[in-house]
Amino acid sequence: MATGQNPAEPILKLRGVSKQFGAVSALTEIDLDIHAGEVVALVGDNGAGKSTLVKVLAGVHQPTAGSIEFMGKPVDLDSPGKALEMGIATVFQDLALCENLDVVANLFLGHELNPWALDEVQMEVRAWTLLRELAARIPSVREPIASLSGGQRQTVAIARSLLLDPKIIMLDEPTAALGVAQTAEVLNLIERVRDRGHGVVLISHNMEDVRAVADRIVVLRLGRNNGIFTAETSNAELVAAITGATENAVSRRRARKEEVEHHA
Amino acid sequence: MSDQNKPAALDRSDSRVRHDEGISGAIRAFIDRVRSGDLGMLPVAVGLVLISVVFASLNPVFLAPNNLVNLLFDAAAVGCISLGIVCVLILGEIDLSVGSMSGLASALVGVIWANMGMPVVLAILAALAAGAVMGMIYATLLNKFGMPSFVSTLSGLLALLGMQLYILGPTGSINLSYNSALVKFGQILIMPHWLSYLLAILPGVVMVVTGLGTMRRRAEANLSSPGLSVLIAKAAILTGALLVAVIYLNQGRGVPYMFGLFVLLVVAMNYLLTRTQWGRSMFAVGGNREAARRSGINVNRIRMTAFMLCSSLAALGGVLASARLATSSQQAGAGDVNLNAIAAAVIGGTSLFGGRGSAWSALLGILVIQAISNGLTLLNLSSSLRYMITGAVLAIAVIVDSLARQSRASHGRG
Repeated sequence: MATGQNPAEPILKLRGVSKQFGAVSALTEIDLDIHAGEVVALVGDNGAGKSTLVKVLAGVHQPTAGSIEFMGKPVDLDSPGKALEMGIATVFQDLALCENLDVVANLFLGHELNPWALDEVQMEVRAWTLLRELAARIPSVREPIASLSGGQRQTVAIARSLLLDPKIIMLDEPTAALGVAQTAEVLNLIERVRDRGHGVVLISHNMEDVRAVADRIVVLRLGRNNGIFTAETSNAELVAAITGATENAVSRRRARKEEVEHHA
Repeated sequence: MSDQNKPAALDRSDSRVRHDEGISGAIRAFIDRVRSGDLGMLPVAVGLVLISVVFASLNPVFLAPNNLVNLLFDAAAVGCISLGIVCVLILGEIDLSVGSMSGLASALVGVIWANMGMPVVLAILAALAAGAVMGMIYATLLNKFGMPSFVSTLSGLLALLGMQLYILGPTGSINLSYNSALVKFGQILIMPHWLSYLLAILPGVVMVVTGLGTMRRRAEANLSSPGLSVLIAKAAILTGALLVAVIYLNQGRGVPYMFGLFVLLVVAMNYLLTRTQWGRSMFAVGGNREAARRSGINVNRIRMTAFMLCSSLAALGGVLASARLATSSQQAGAGDVNLNAIAAAVIGGTSLFGGRGSAWSALLGILVIQAISNGLTLLNLSSSLRYMITGAVLAIAVIVDSLARQSRASHGRG
């Protein structure tokens, strides 16, 4: 176990976390546990508060109320730098890359080797090694990010989160912009990271991806916890939890389809 | 260079990328970069040649060695200010008060040293400290209150000008002693010939030595290198150009120490910007502030250092200007100093839009600006015409910057 502590104790423990933007409650009393060596999928409809929760854990937003415990100790995630330092790495939905810098510079941003005489050779070697591990198709690491495609940028962002060997890695919609092979690679990668004893938080709208890798599926609805499921849970049940009703747009659509097939 | 038996270098395994090798490859890559809007130093080089041809044909004195020596003396002061401007431009910010800051610094030197009789070193340190404090104020206004830098520095422009007039008192001008080391440094101190030749050769030697070191390390790490021929060619061109320039200047009075100090500052700034974490963070904040913040970069601290550096360099420029003119007056830092410093940085290739630039742009840009101003003075044109022409040059530089930016965007180079 990489964390070297009681496996029953979660690495990250959230209790009653709330976040308000003015009059809007984006998160209300969220509880969440993330253990070492497990993949927790965070699912929910648009506006359920998934990205806000990730930003709270990444230190981008500060929670209005509630407590966060990391490795059994209460912590105050007041800046992205602090979260990174503790070992919470995040791949944001908007990737947060600097388009004017090249791939190597982006990978090592804020954590350059040898701050007073940058070790460009060593950084380039590590960049290539890391990208190889992810089976990334990046033609040159000395091109500015602006010249890369969406999928390539996504890979760079994921590679960057792994650079510091974090305890928890959070991926916000990591496969949305990826091709078939890269999606499979990212899923493989998530499993590899989990097997190394790290915790993984995965946000995705793609139920297939979620089922493929998640050990637990945490559903958020309108900023509140709305049940914890496993990969064995039926699709209908998950959709019901996400939309908040067994009678919903998805089930109605399916019923209508079945009816059409029945008639045909 | 290419060896079929060797496994492909780590960075050369993607078959879709054309790998430029040797001198022809370097030239081809350069043309590609220019076409896609990555102009680098090209506009400056073209500009300098054009200016030289035009002014030399109008008045042959322009290219006389001693006139060029004077030009270098004049360039150092505003060049220092421009170097500071490069820092804030890289962040995508601006400092409009550098002219007034340099004026205040020159007034401080006059009052503390000439009037109060304190040591000159103390006076210079006081001027630099005043610059640092002013930069701290701008950065704090930006960090704490989100005050746009062009507003805070515009108000700073007035406040600093007022302070300059206040401390100069009713006489409005203080003469500095011609026998003092400071004024000698600003007016007559010239490098001995051997030193100037040594300094002309040094960059090429350093380039080859560090280049060979990098090539060896890259080869050990199984990374490709542009090749020895490119390195040697670059070093040879650089050394040749510098030697020709120094030989020519030595036909006249020689290379001023003051210009040497300016170049030293440019080299130091270039190192900081390209080879340190601080420099990398500067470009990151200028390119995408939120991304930089989420990478754990302390954006507020980066801004603080940039504004403090900018104002301190402006103050140093003011000290050099007072040494050059042997006076601290109400005119110091007034008129076109502000605009010249900003224009020099932009003409040299530092973008007004942030995230792109280099310390060299201050050096090359100020040579262009100073050449124009010097040439116009030789033609006996009034300052009214000089202002108009300098204004037009700045406008053209900004247009080139904007066009290059659009071209980069359409070629996917950010």
